[in-house]
Amino acid sequence: MTIYLPIAELPVNIFTLLALGIAVGFISGMFGVGGGFLMTPLLIFLGVPPAVAVASVSTHMAASSFSGTLTYLRRRLVDVRLGLVLLTGGLTGTLAGVVAFMLLRRYGQLDLVIAVTYIVMLGTIGSLMVAESLRALLREWRGEKAQVKRPGAHPWFLRMPFKMRFRQSRIYVSVIPVVAIGFAIGFLGALMGIGGGFILVPALIYLLRVPTLTSIATSLMLTLVTMTAAILMHAVLNQTVDAVLGLVLMVGGTIGAQFGARAGQAMPAEKLRLLLGLLVLAVGLRVAIDQIVTPADFYAVSIDEAAR
Amino acid sequence: MKRLAAPLLLLILALAGGDARGAELVLSLSKARVTITSNFTGDTIVLFGVIAPGDATAPARPQDVVVTVRGPSESFTTWRKERYLGIWVNVDSRSFLAAPSYLAVLASRDPALIASPETLRHEQVGLDNTRLLQRIGSDYADVVPQDPFRQAFLRVKQAQGLYFERPAGVEFIASNIFRATIPIPGTAPIGPYEVVVKTFADGALVSRGALSLEVAKIDFEQTVATTAQDHPWLYGLATALMALGVGFIANLAFRRD
Repeated sequence: MTIYLPIAELPVNIFTLLALGIAVGFISGMFGVGGGFLMTPLLIFLGVPPAVAVASVSTHMAASSFSGTLTYLRRRLVDVRLGLVLLTGGLTGTLAGVVAFMLLRRYGQLDLVIAVTYIVMLGTIGSLMVAESLRALLREWRGEKAQVKRPGAHPWFLRMPFKMRFRQSRIYVSVIPVVAIGFAIGFLGALMGIGGGFILVPALIYLLRVPTLTSIATSLMLTLVTMTAAILMHAVLNQTVDAVLGLVLMVGGTIGAQFGARAGQAMPAEKLRLLLGLLVLAVGLRVAIDQIVTPADFYAVSIDEAAR
Repeated sequence: MKRLAAPLLLLILALAGGDARGAELVLSLSKARVTITSNFTGDTIVLFGVIAPGDATAPARPQDVVVTVRGPSESFTTWRKERYLGIWVNVDSRSFLAAPSYLAVLASRDPALIASPETLRHEQVGLDNTRLLQRIGSDYADVVPQDPFRQAFLRVKQAQGLYFERPAGVEFIASNIFRATIPIPGTAPIGPYEVVVKTFADGALVSRGALSLEVAKIDFEQTVATTAQDHPWLYGLATALMALGVGFIANLAFRRD
């Protein structure tokens, strides 16, 4: 059964879209990532114009993350205070990212910068997560005790001034690194067209030492705010939000996210981190392979959006 | 220029004398409007044509028919990749200005057999003879058919199913009645289409006729598209609320406690 997408202007199979929504929703609920870094390339592969794909995925991510946030809120796992501090940096970072996006496009190297940023970010974060979670699993397998967190063992950047207590996350750290992380996520999100959850979750876990589940829950809340803003921004500036595409994706996505969130809570935190690490590495490898392997056709055609 | 050329040609033909060259072309489309609804996956339009001989006494000559359908014009950029430090990078590009977003060439037989290469080029018969205006630096020009960017552009558009050439796309039902099936794919661009029919005899153009065709969204699809265009704030807010609503309902529906 096919359905015609009024903004993307093409017919697609409704079950393919639903399955895509469920699969990506499951992953986003499980790991607290928005799923944009998986969904957007898959939609482009189906033939949806990139601008429409990026904009419509934001509606799916808003629905998924709202559903997930509610679940985690009920379980009192969201650190609202941490989320708000991250947002102050995040919104400034988004603005800086949009400016950088414009500058790079003017010099014609945007695609390359995006691809290289993807490879570097995903490669680094994926490797770090896999290595760390494997070490943790190995320790457990040998029957060794997990390292006890000592209050005095904070790295230097958490001991900077303007300390703030984030009760839910059980941390007492300087707000400077928190705002900086928010800024970096906003900047990369605007530049790479992603929600940034897959970067934020590991950053919260490893840099701020926030418990895994609280990191996921807080990241979902952040995704919710940024994606709702993104829907409005894309609708008003570009008119590229396809509500029909978004609706099918979000119905699949929210169902998937519910099961994902449960699967995530049923799984030991180390295994969850290992899986997310492997996923991030796999996507990074995929981008790297696309850049390195000889393309079937050395030529590509794009429609000039400005001339439309 | 094109508009001027047709009457001029007719004038020349009329002056050339009462030859059967002034044949009349009667055309009809099975429908002039392709409407897109939510279950649209593509459509086919049938074109019927009758070649009425201008002079009944003249002996009927075998004719060839070429139907060219052009979709609304758009500007495209063709990029060329090259390996640079192990990574494939877009190194070069050409802009194709006002190129048809859809282009179908249907002929009664291989266009190469219909007329001389010069005539085919002049009448823009076939994908290779279609004028594609390129911008190279500050110059605007079409280039030789062998130009790699031009060939790549045609190759990519054909792979997308939006450009095609069918040497047996026009069939004669009777000696002077022909039929052509025009496929409109599901991804067909929205807008006005131009159907141009040219008949040839003995390697020369005999008559020319044109019709217009429209591909348009209707009902729900049109409402969504026009709201997105005309009331972007409303559309954005509605979409955002819809997203939050779906998220909320899903959360309630799956609530375990």
